[in-house]
Amino acid sequence: MTISVLYALVGVALFCISLYSVIVGPDPLRKVLAINVMSSGVFLVLVSLARRAPGPGPDPVPHAMVITGIVVAVSATALAIVLIQRLHTAGAPTAAEDPGDDS
Amino acid sequence: MSAADPGAWLVWLVMSPLIAAILVFLVPRIAFGIACANALCTTALALAVLDRVAEGPVRYALGGWGAPLGIDLYADPLTGVMLVGASFVLLATTFYAPGYLAQARIDALYWPLVLILQAALNALFLAADIFNIYVTLELLGLSAVGLVALADRTRAIAAALRYLLASLVASLAYLLGVAILYHSHGVLDLVALADSATGTPATWAALGLMTTGLAIKGALFPMHFWLPGAHSYAPAPVSALLSALVVKAPFYVLLRLWLGPFFDAPPEVGDLLGVLGVAAIIWGSVQALRQDRLKLLIAYSTVAQIGFLFLFFPLVKAHTIVQGITLLMLAHALAKAAMFLAAGNIIHYLGHDRIHDLHRVAKELPLTLAAFGIGGVCIIGLPPSGNFIAKWLLIEAAFDSGEWGWAVVVVTGSLLSAAYVFRVIGHAFTLDDVPEAGNRVARPMVWTAFLLSLVALTLGLFAAPLLEVISMPVAGTADAMGIFP
Amino acid sequence: MSLAQALPLLILASSLLPGLVIFVLPERSRGARTTLNIGGAVVKLGLVIWMVGQSVQGVHYEFRASLLPGLDMVVRSSALGLFFVGLSALLWLVTTVYAIGYLEDSPHRSRFFGFFSICVTATAGAALAGNLLTFLAFYELLTLATYPLVVHRGTDEARHAGRVYLAYTIGGGALVTIGTFWLYSITGTLEFEPGGIVAPFVDGRARVLSAIFVLLVAGIGVKAALVPLHGWLPTAMIAPAPVSALLHAVAVVKVGAFGLIRVIFSTYGIEVATGLGLAQGLAVVAAITILFGSLRALAQTNLKRLLAYSTVSQLSYIALGVSLGVPVAAAGGIVHLVHQGLMKITLFFVAGNLAETLGIHEIRDMRGVGRRMPWTMAAFTLCAFGMIGTPPMAGFVTKWYLGVGAIEAGASWVVWVLVASSLLNAAYFLPILRIVWFDDPRGDWPQERNFGGAETSLMLLLPTLFTAAAALAVGLFASLPYSPLEWARLIATRQYAP
Repeated sequence: MTISVLYALVGVALFCISLYSVIVGPDPLRKVLAINVMSSGVFLVLVSLARRAPGPGPDPVPHAMVITGIVVAVSATALAIVLIQRLHTAGAPTAAEDPGDDS
Repeated sequence: MSAADPGAWLVWLVMSPLIAAILVFLVPRIAFGIACANALCTTALALAVLDRVAEGPVRYALGGWGAPLGIDLYADPLTGVMLVGASFVLLATTFYAPGYLAQARIDALYWPLVLILQAALNALFLAADIFNIYVTLELLGLSAVGLVALADRTRAIAAALRYLLASLVASLAYLLGVAILYHSHGVLDLVALADSATGTPATWAALGLMTTGLAIKGALFPMHFWLPGAHSYAPAPVSALLSALVVKAPFYVLLRLWLGPFFDAPPEVGDLLGVLGVAAIIWGSVQALRQDRLKLLIAYSTVAQIGFLFLFFPLVKAHTIVQGITLLMLAHALAKAAMFLAAGNIIHYLGHDRIHDLHRVAKELPLTLAAFGIGGVCIIGLPPSGNFIAKWLLIEAAFDSGEWGWAVVVVTGSLLSAAYVFRVIGHAFTLDDVPEAGNRVARPMVWTAFLLSLVALTLGLFAAPLLEVISMPVAGTADAMGIFP
Repeated sequence: MSLAQALPLLILASSLLPGLVIFVLPERSRGARTTLNIGGAVVKLGLVIWMVGQSVQGVHYEFRASLLPGLDMVVRSSALGLFFVGLSALLWLVTTVYAIGYLEDSPHRSRFFGFFSICVTATAGAALAGNLLTFLAFYELLTLATYPLVVHRGTDEARHAGRVYLAYTIGGGALVTIGTFWLYSITGTLEFEPGGIVAPFVDGRARVLSAIFVLLVAGIGVKAALVPLHGWLPTAMIAPAPVSALLHAVAVVKVGAFGLIRVIFSTYGIEVATGLGLAQGLAVVAAITILFGSLRALAQTNLKRLLAYSTVSQLSYIALGVSLGVPVAAAGGIVHLVHQGLMKITLFFVAGNLAETLGIHEIRDMRGVGRRMPWTMAAFTLCAFGMIGTPPMAGFVTKWYLGVGAIEAGASWVVWVLVASSLLNAAYFLPILRIVWFDDPRGDWPQERNFGGAETSLMLLLPTLFTAAAALAVGLFASLPYSPLEWARLIATRQYAP
C-alpha cells in the first residue's frame, strides 16, 4: 500500500466521521465545522489520487478541482455563518424548526 | 465567433445573466429593465439553441482550450428543452416580481441573486463534464439559499440554513463520487465517460455517492425534509423558481449520469429508487392533503411530483422514457410555477394563505384562482396538458419493460394529486358571506400566473414537435453507444 | 385549413368562445351575457344542422392534430356523432333559455354560464370524437366543467355533493385511462371504426380483452350511472335545476351512455363483444340497473331525487338496447338517447318550475298544483306517461323496439324486465299525477312567487312546453323519414352491415 493510498483512505475516514457529526451535531455551528472537515477529507482524496497518476509529475486536474473546491467551501461557510448569526440575533433557537408547526 | 455561431449562443446564455447581475448591482434603479432585457434575450437564445440542436449536438470549448483542463459547453436536445423551459419560467417570474417585491419589502438583492441563479442553471444545463457540474450545482445552491433567506423572517432563515447544510453535504458526496470516477476512468467529460463505461466497483461506488448526493439535492424521499420549509417560506416568485427549476437541476444531472456511465447499473438500484419515488408520491400527497396553508400544500405536491420523476430509474432502458421524463420535467415546471405565483397573489391580497379562507378571494381574484386550478389540473395530468402526454409516455415505458406495476403507480399518483387539488378548489367555491377587501394585486402578477398556467395546459397540443426533437439520439447517452436500435 | 377541417372546430368553438368571454363579464352585464349565451347556442345549432345536411349528401368533415407519434386527437362527422351532437345542441339552446330565467337573481351567474358553456363544448367534443383518446380527453374535461356547476350554490351540502361527484368521476376516468392505454398497447390504434378495431387481435387474448372491456365499461359506466356506480347521481341533485336538467338529459349521463355505445360498436364491434360474452354481461348489468333504479325511485319523497333514480333506470335502456346484438334493439337503444333526453329534461324543468315558483321540493307538497300551474303539469303528465311507456309518447317507441329486438335476439327475459320496469314507473308516476290533478292543495304553497297573470315566468315555461311537445312529436311522427327513430335505425343497421 503506497503512501498516497493511505492518504486517500484517511480522506475517506475523515469524510465518514464528519458526516456522522453533521447528522448528529447539536447546533449548526458544529455542523458547519463538520462540513468543512468533510470537504477537507474529499480534497485529501483528490490530492492523493492525483499523486497516483502515471507519468513523471502529479496530475494537475485533481489539483484544479481541489482549488475550486476550497473556494466553494469558503464561500459556503461564509453564507452559513451569516445565516447562523441572523438566527442568533433574532433570538430564535438556532436549531431549524419543523415546517409543520407554525401559527 | 460570429453571432450566428451556435457556440456563441451557448456562451451568451451564461454570460448574459451574469452581466445583467453585475449591472443590476451597479445601477439598481433600472434593475427591472435590465432583468427584462436579459430574460427576453435568454429566451430567444434558448429557442435558437433548441432549434439548432435538432440537427445535432453542439460543443464549444471556452477560450479554445478544450478538455480536460478547459471548460466545454455542450448542448444536445435534452439541454435545449431544459434551457427553453428554464427561460420561460424565468421570463414569467421576471414580470411577476416587481409587483410582489414592492409589497414584500424585499431588499434589492432579489434581482442579482435571481440572475446569478439563472446563470448557474444555464451553465449546469450546458456543462459537459462532471466537475463543472459540481461547480454549477454549488453556485445554484448558494444563490437559491440566498433567495430563500430574503424573506427575512425567522422561519425563512431557519429553512434556508437547513437547505444550505443539506445541500453542502450532498455536494460533497457528489464531489467524492467525481473523484472516484475520475480516478477510475481518467476523464471528466460526460460523453467520454459514457463511452468508456465499465462495471468496476469504483463505478458503482461513484454511482452510490453521486446518486445519493443528487437525490438529497433533488429532495427525493426520505431526503426531502428541507424542501417544504424552503419552498413555502420563500417569497412567491422564489418558490416558483425553486420548485420549477432548482429542484430539477440535480435530477437533470442524474439523467445524464444514468444515461451515460451508469446505464448498466444493477437493476436493484433502479428499483430501489423507483420504490423511493413511490414513497415520495404517497407521502407527499398525504401530507399535502393535511395542510392548512396553501404554499405548504404546493410544496408537498412538489415532493410528490419529484417521486414521479424518480420512476425513471427502474425504467431507464425503456424506449419512451427519456421523452416522457423530459416532458414531465417541463410540464411540471410550468404548472408548478403557475401555482406558486397564484399563491403569491393570494398572499398578497389576503396577507395569509389559509386554505379555509380561499372563498373570500373568489370574487376579487378569479383569474388567480383559475390559474391555480388550471395548474392543478395539469399536475393531476388531465388532457390536453403536457403532463398527460408525459404520463402516457411513462405508462408506455412501463408496459414496454413489462413492469406494469409502475403504470399503476402513475395512475394512483394522479388520483392522489386530484384529491388535494380539488380540496383547494372546493374551498374556492364555498358560499362567501362577505368578500374580504384586500391589497390590490398588480395586473402583471395576475396575468403572468394565468398565462403560465394556460401554457402548461396547452403544452400537450404542441408537444409533438418537442418530442421529436428529444427522440433524437441524446449523445453522451446509451444512444451513442448503440444500445437503442 | 379547409372548411372540411374547420367545421368541427367551429362547432366546438361556438360554445367555448362565448363561455370564455362570459367568464370575464361583470355580474351586472345581463344583456351581454344573454346575447352571448343564446347567440352561441343558435350558432352551434345552425352549424350542426348544416353539417348534418352536408353529411347526408356525402361530405365528410374531420380535424386531426397529432399528439404523440401514432396518436391523434381527431374530431369528425359521423352518423352517431351527429345524432348526439344534434341532440345536445338543441337541448343546450333550450336549457340556456331556461337557466337564464331560473338564475335570474342569483350570484355568480358569469361563473355559472362560463362553466355551462365549457360543459357543452366538452359534450360536443365527446360526440364528435373520432377515437377513444379524444373521447377520453373530452370526458375528463366534462368532469372538470361540471364540478363547479354542482357546487355552484356553495353550501356545505353542495360541496359534499361535489366531492362525491369528483370521487366517482375521476375514479372512473382513471379506469378508462388504464383501459385505453392497455387497449392501445394491443391494437396500436384507438380509432372508432364501424365494426370495431379489436377483431384482428382476438385470438389468444380473450381474457385480456375482456378485462379491458370491463375497465372501459366501468369507467364510462360511472357517468352512465350503471349500478353500482350510480351513487353520485342522486347526491348531485343539490345543484340548481338547470344543472340537473343538463346533467341528466344532455351532458354527463348521455356522454356516459354514448361512450358505452362507442365502446361496443366502434371499438370492440358488436360481433366481438357478443362473441366474448361481454355484450351479454353488459345487458345483465343494464337490466339490473333498470330494475334497481325504479325500485329506489318508489321510495323517494323528494321530486328531484325520484327523477334522479328514474334517470338511472331509464339510461340503462340504452345500454340494454345496444348490447342485445340485433339491429332493432340497437335502434331502440340509440334513439332513446333522444327520447329519454327530451322526456327527462321536461320533467326536470317542471321540478325547477315548481321549486322556483312555489318553493315545492317534496312530492307531498304537490297536491293540487295542477290547478295552479296547469301548463307545467300538463307537460309533466305527458312525459310521465312517456316514462311509463304509453303510446304515442316517445318512451313507447323505445320500449317497443327494445322488446321486439329482445325477442328477435332470443332474450325473452328482457321483455319481462321491460314490463316490470313499466309497471314500476307507473307505480311511482301515477300517484303523483293523481295528487297533482285530483287532490286539493293542503294550504299555502311553501314559498310563492308571483309572475303577474302567468303561472310562472315565460322563460321557465316555454322551454318546458317545447321539450314536452318535442317528446310527443318524436313519438307520434316516429315513422317519418327524418325522425330520430329513422336516424337511429340507419346508424344501427350500419353497425351490423359488414
